[in-house]
Amino acid sequence: MRGRICRKIIKVQAINQRLRKIPSWVVYPLGLIPLAWLIARGMMGDLGVDPVRTVEHDMGLRGLQWLVGGLAITPLRWATGISLVRFRRAVGLVAFFYVTLHLATWLLLDIQLNWAQAWEDILKRPYITIGMGAMILLLPLALTSNNRSIRWLGGRWQKLHRLVYVAAVAGAVHFLLVGKVWVGEALIYLSLVSILLALRITHRVFGRP
Amino acid sequence: MFRNDLKWSDVTPKAQFLNRRQIMAAGAASLVAPRAFAAGYSTDEKPNMLEEITNYNNFYEFGLGKTDPAQNAGQLTIDPWAVQIDGLVDRPGSYDLADVMKMGPIEERIYRLRCVEAWSMVIPWNGFQLSHLLQKVGVQSSARYVSFETLQRPEEMPGQRQALLDWPYREGLRIDEAMHPLTLMATGLYGDPMPKQNGAPIRLVVPWKYGFKSIKSIVRISVTSNQPETTWKQTNFREYGFYANVNPQVSHPRWSQATERRIGGGLFNSRQDTVMFNGYGDQVASLYAGQDLSKDY
Repeated sequence: MRGRICRKIIKVQAINQRLRKIPSWVVYPLGLIPLAWLIARGMMGDLGVDPVRTVEHDMGLRGLQWLVGGLAITPLRWATGISLVRFRRAVGLVAFFYVTLHLATWLLLDIQLNWAQAWEDILKRPYITIGMGAMILLLPLALTSNNRSIRWLGGRWQKLHRLVYVAAVAGAVHFLLVGKVWVGEALIYLSLVSILLALRITHRVFGRP
Repeated sequence: MFRNDLKWSDVTPKAQFLNRRQIMAAGAASLVAPRAFAAGYSTDEKPNMLEEITNYNNFYEFGLGKTDPAQNAGQLTIDPWAVQIDGLVDRPGSYDLADVMKMGPIEERIYRLRCVEAWSMVIPWNGFQLSHLLQKVGVQSSARYVSFETLQRPEEMPGQRQALLDWPYREGLRIDEAMHPLTLMATGLYGDPMPKQNGAPIRLVVPWKYGFKSIKSIVRISVTSNQPETTWKQTNFREYGFYANVNPQVSHPRWSQATERRIGGGLFNSRQDTVMFNGYGDQVASLYAGQDLSKDY
């Protein structure tokens, strides 16, 4: 039993050592793959009958996927000891990049800078209100994602960046409310976010200090 | 490498080449009268391509995605097909599709279609007026509404295996709306039989109402005295009313209805203003005289 745990620790250490050799910037080119794929589809004329809708939905979905990925990093370390914390900033920024493109697609291609309608949508349509809220919550996190801000904010940085929990829930709820009926895919994302947040609570209550 | 730079938009729309054939077959006096008649109801806007009309469908019986119906509707059996016509009619019964199709002259009607999701298309339907069917079966004087039901066959309609909506899909019209000459029982598009993803073999088309009123793959038509339950209203009455007339002034909780995106213009297509009654106000506005359409949404 003890030997098995030892072997496992050694294995995890080896994985972490190897991960340490990977520069954290590799996340950025990886993060661009979904966008490159979408552009390639666009050039092949494969964005479907309503390309605006395809782009808008794809960008939003990518944003949510990378947010979920970022939230999974800490629970993964608790569960397996594998640490991807070095990559977390880049993962978060890629998420923000896609959320920004999602918003830009909506503003530019969908409602086409009709500011009156945009404003009305933000105020009156719950799924847009919530989606916009998520976007606004992510903005200070992206702006303070540099080392200088971390030093400057000190302990407050960590607190500020817990806003991502709220933003992820809001993003998943936004996805769920877009649907006219309960869409399974959106329920899956909301469940994932809920599980990842619940793990934090159980870790805090029952976990090691 | 051979590169084909022809796009779907370069293909002559079927309606157009059919028109040419009709012109070539000129002299057929019989053609002139119904075409002139139909022209009053058809728009001269450019119809969407068949490719677009058949790959962008809301038909939850086959899935929630816009391309799900195109992928999943192939397995639907549409022959044999019968339509149960009952309620306040003189000649109720189960009518074979072939007999239903004979209830009125089939015409081409090029209609705008406005979806509640704020997109629109132009579709060259083929079909006959619902009024002809109702006259054939004899509507009784106490009739006030007509209700419709879509086929329920979960073995062939995968969406129905989930409780997405309360199946079968139901829709309804007031009798004067049902009798209006614009209201069509559509049996085809672009001169061919109705594609399955568009509601084969027979569906309703009510061009001045949001698309969800135009119920697909109809198996039952009932004439009633009370307003029938309709699926979307039942699902979410705050968002979907019984009337569901296209109305840019009444904003939907989910979409502003002031503007729409016409499908087919590509990534940089500009939005256009939505017109009251989807542009059919001259023909239908009088049906709603005295009604507050912000309440009867």
